[in-house]
Amino acid sequence: MTETLVVENLATHFFTKAGVVKAVDGVSFRVGRGKVLGLVGESGSGKSVTGFSVMGLVDPPGRIVSGAIRFKGENLVGKSEEAWRSLRGARIAMIFQDPMMTLNPVLRIDTQMIEAVQAHERVSAEEARKRARDALGQVGIPSPEERLKAYPHQFSGGMRQRVAIAIALLHKPDLIVADEPTTALDVTIQGQILAEVQSLARDTGTSLIWITHDLSVVAGLADDICVMYAGKVVEQGSVDDVLDHPLHPYTNGLLGSVPSRNRRGEPLRQIPGMTPSLLSLPQGCAFQTRCPRADAACRHNIGMTELREGQFVRCVHPHQEALA
Amino acid sequence: MTVYLIRRLMQAGLVLAVMSVLVFLGVFAVGDPIEILISPEATQFEKEEARRALGLDLPLWQQYLVFLENAVQGDLGRSFVFNMPAIQVILMRFPATLELALVAMLWTVLFGVPLGLWAGLKPNSVSGKTIMAGSILGFSLPSFWVGLMLIMTFAVMLGWLPSTGRAEPVTMFGITSSLWTAKGWAHVMLPSVNLALGQIALVIRLTRAGVREAMLMDYVKFARAKGLTQRRVIGVHVMKNIMIPIVTVLGLELGSLIAFAVVTESIFAWPGMGKLIIDSINLLDRPIVVAYLMMTVFLVILINFAVDVLYSVLDPRVRLKDSGS
Ligand SMILES: Nc1ncnc2c1ncn2[C@@H]1O[C@H](COP(=O)(O)OP(=O)(O)O)[C@@H](O)[C@H]1O
Ligand SMILES: [Mg+2]
Repeated sequence: MTETLVVENLATHFFTKAGVVKAVDGVSFRVGRGKVLGLVGESGSGKSVTGFSVMGLVDPPGRIVSGAIRFKGENLVGKSEEAWRSLRGARIAMIFQDPMMTLNPVLRIDTQMIEAVQAHERVSAEEARKRARDALGQVGIPSPEERLKAYPHQFSGGMRQRVAIAIALLHKPDLIVADEPTTALDVTIQGQILAEVQSLARDTGTSLIWITHDLSVVAGLADDICVMYAGKVVEQGSVDDVLDHPLHPYTNGLLGSVPSRNRRGEPLRQIPGMTPSLLSLPQGCAFQTRCPRADAACRHNIGMTELREGQFVRCVHPHQEALA
Repeated sequence: MTVYLIRRLMQAGLVLAVMSVLVFLGVFAVGDPIEILISPEATQFEKEEARRALGLDLPLWQQYLVFLENAVQGDLGRSFVFNMPAIQVILMRFPATLELALVAMLWTVLFGVPLGLWAGLKPNSVSGKTIMAGSILGFSLPSFWVGLMLIMTFAVMLGWLPSTGRAEPVTMFGITSSLWTAKGWAHVMLPSVNLALGQIALVIRLTRAGVREAMLMDYVKFARAKGLTQRRVIGVHVMKNIMIPIVTVLGLELGSLIAFAVVTESIFAWPGMGKLIIDSINLLDRPIVVAYLMMTVFLVILINFAVDVLYSVLDPRVRLKDSGS
């Protein structure tokens, strides 16, 4: 089976005046056809930059410095802007975090959808409009014909995100990068959107990279999980493995901060401290400053080890007791 | 919308009323026109006669009331010098000034927006930095000096363009303008460029700032994520957003170009309102000064209003409504 996306050793750095920010530093993962990959980590861990790298949308001072992004077998790194453009929105689409900001405030919804259709297909405006209307109906927007004529500010946040999703689905892409698309929404709307994207993706066989800082969102959605910390993947594996027996102290900490039925009555545990600045990372494991298990051994760099079949971790002192 | 319009009209009326008092008082304080208009040898009696004929013997408040009453009927007094209704004298000069201002506006849009766009898209390139340095010059060089340099270079040394005056206007399609002829364009070239330089600098900076800000917005990234070409992203998504501040500023600037083209009109002997007002101040031709100032205020109010309406057309989030109640 050929994978939809294989990312190998991707490094995306920002060359700022203060120094080189290694926002993504040697990240590898794969997403199978129709599969959902959950990309998890605290804010600032490099999830969005990973997503933008896959879209070819990293802007200066940032740049993909090494690695490969193989989309259906073809490496996209180093491709021309036109090659990227023809894939964007057509084969690989993206949904952004803040629906209030992603639609252009001064253009009508129909303009923004018709141009998205016509960016990749030579169809009449009339035909494109019909497609746009159907797409709006598909994501559950009532009376789509009239809503096409509206401006973004006439929609609620949830509705705007539905419009963005409809745009992402226009060309039935092979892959959608969803960058925390429900974070800015009410809990009830979050659930609806989550369920809809999941079923729409399943219907069309679209693969998903679902970026979030909230493990509970990924739990019911993803097939595989990739946990990122300070630009590196620290743990990855199937959703069941990683959530049932997390090996990395960071994953463990993340899970402890999520409310769960099994641990009702226990206080939620927060990971102490803050994400370190990417400009002044410690030698070795970036998590050592906040880790309860850290010792001198953590100052050495260490690669990913497969401690369980299909479950990889980057840690000197993993929670191996979980495996027993 | 209707309520909004009525409210705006009432505000405009109030501004005009306040302005009329200020202008009338301000102008009254400047010298005694009789001393200039009547020959020094005239007898006291002749002077009194002239004073009475011009209504200058009445108390100040009565003069104002007379002025107001006439003004409401569209009569802003008779010019002492031209012996014609002041408003008519001004309106005769108005087309020349409007023509100059519009051509200057044309240069502003034609050069300011593209250069600003370029500087905003390539802020670190040599060309981008050169444009910005140029815009600083456009701001800081005094208008009269630039005007003289333009005359020196293009009229005196190169002899390409006439330095003063306006070509004979021609009427075509019901519009009388000197711009229907090549000679007209030759004449308007130097003064309009002179008038436009500061505006171009302003628009370059405004456009550049707008572009740089817009390029960082999520909607631009999303537009690119849809697979739109760079051309469409910039030409439609970015431009439509930055046109809002640009149109606002351009509109307001058009008002001040018309009202204050005084320096340029004087240097290039352009027969417009600016030159008229300087002459009238020198001759203490009060009705002209009063009418000119009232007319300018009226024009600025009108332009502001047009800008407001245009603003609401450009920005769908702004709807003209009665915000008061
Ligand atoms: N344009 C940029 N210039 C410099 N640093 C950047 C830029 N964009 C992102 N970064 C850095 O990359 C890191 C990862 O950012 P991001 O991927 O947005 O995190 P996440 O999405 O996981 O919250 C952050 O530390 C941020 O400071
Ligand atoms: Mg992010």
